[in-house]
Amino acid sequence: MEIKILGPGCAKCEKTEKLLRDYVTKNKIDATVEKVSDLMQIAGFGVFSTPAVVVDGEVKISGRVPKEKEIKDWLEK
Amino acid sequence: MNTKTIKNEKFIFYLISGAMLTYVWWILYGMLPELSSWVTYRLLNVAENSHLGKAVEFFLYDTPKVMMLLFLVVFGVGIIRSFFTPEKTRAVLSGRSEFAGNVLAALLGIVTPFCSCSAVPLFIGFVTAGVPLGVTFSFLIAAPMVNEIALGLLYALLGWKVAAIYLGTGLSIAILAGWVIGRLKLENGVEDWVMDTHAGPHAIPDEKRSWSDRIIYGWDAVKEIIGRVWLYVILGIGVGAVIHGYVPENLMASIMGKSAWWSVPLAVIIGVPMYSNAAGIIPVVEALIGKGAALGTVLAFMMSVIALSLPEMVILRKVLKPRLIAVFIAIVTCGILIVGYIFNVII
Repeated sequence: MEIKILGPGCAKCEKTEKLLRDYVTKNKIDATVEKVSDLMQIAGFGVFSTPAVVVDGEVKISGRVPKEKEIKDWLEK
Repeated sequence: MNTKTIKNEKFIFYLISGAMLTYVWWILYGMLPELSSWVTYRLLNVAENSHLGKAVEFFLYDTPKVMMLLFLVVFGVGIIRSFFTPEKTRAVLSGRSEFAGNVLAALLGIVTPFCSCSAVPLFIGFVTAGVPLGVTFSFLIAAPMVNEIALGLLYALLGWKVAAIYLGTGLSIAILAGWVIGRLKLENGVEDWVMDTHAGPHAIPDEKRSWSDRIIYGWDAVKEIIGRVWLYVILGIGVGAVIHGYVPENLMASIMGKSAWWSVPLAVIIGVPMYSNAAGIIPVVEALIGKGAALGTVLAFMMSVIALSLPEMVILRKVLKPRLIAVFIAIVTCGILIVGYIFNVII
């Protein structure tokens, strides 16, 4: 699984990144977590409110920090 | 039990606890004036009518008052904002004609949830989706300038007239400044790579929100915003308290009064490099007006502090060439100056 966190580096984006990294480590999920802060790439995903989370190329959320339950829904199917 | 009844039960629970909280809030709020003067003059034993006494009483009265109002305003605004998203706003604005577009953009700028850290992706998203440059600027100017928290606090502390004047003038500046930028045909002031960016179509479907979700959204806004601004608020009230207790009345009237023509530009020059958020600047405004400063001058000061900030300019520099940033700052500054003068003349 490939997880991308989109965000230019605001407090909420860092919080989102930490949440996802912690979740992946804690539940031993086979996934790569990558932070994308390049604005062109972020715009390329059609996202313009950050933070946003992309799982396997699909935008899951944008504009707010996800809740743990939502992360669970995306990563454990 | 199916999910619908669970949802309804949750909503009823929120409603009842909300009503109880409002009641407690109301009682506490009514006790604040007595409580603050009791603490100042009896508990702390500060001499009555002394400078220190006035300052301490102002601080002890305004801190819980502003915090309580902030709590209510942020929650209410959170509920309103749960009806808007930047994506919907973009869809409404793309392809609009110039003037109507500017008006709509300025109005949506007030209610669309938006943090200045995502100004750049938002700017790219708007411009590449066919929202005209001037209309985009109306949005970007209105969003920080007409701050809904400032509006709520002004209404509560200084009355509806001041709040209405702030709303009306802030919107006018956003509309006109955006319109002027559009008329000047400054599209070449946008960094070249922006127009070449192919912003993908928006990928996520709209979230369906129930009333329970909206209440949670409002509550999250309270936690997040108050957690972020409380320090500014206390600092602002501290400055306000010093002004209230120590600054002589005629000094403020002579520096920031109507008769001093240079007071408006001076207020703006001092305000532009200053950066505070709206909630922190209001107690200062309250104290300044109480000391005889003219409304237009104070309004100009407040707008220049919250609307033009260095951090935001640094962020926007990534997508705008220096020339366009300069034009942007110049037009908004002119707008604020005009507002300051108009209000000093008519009120």
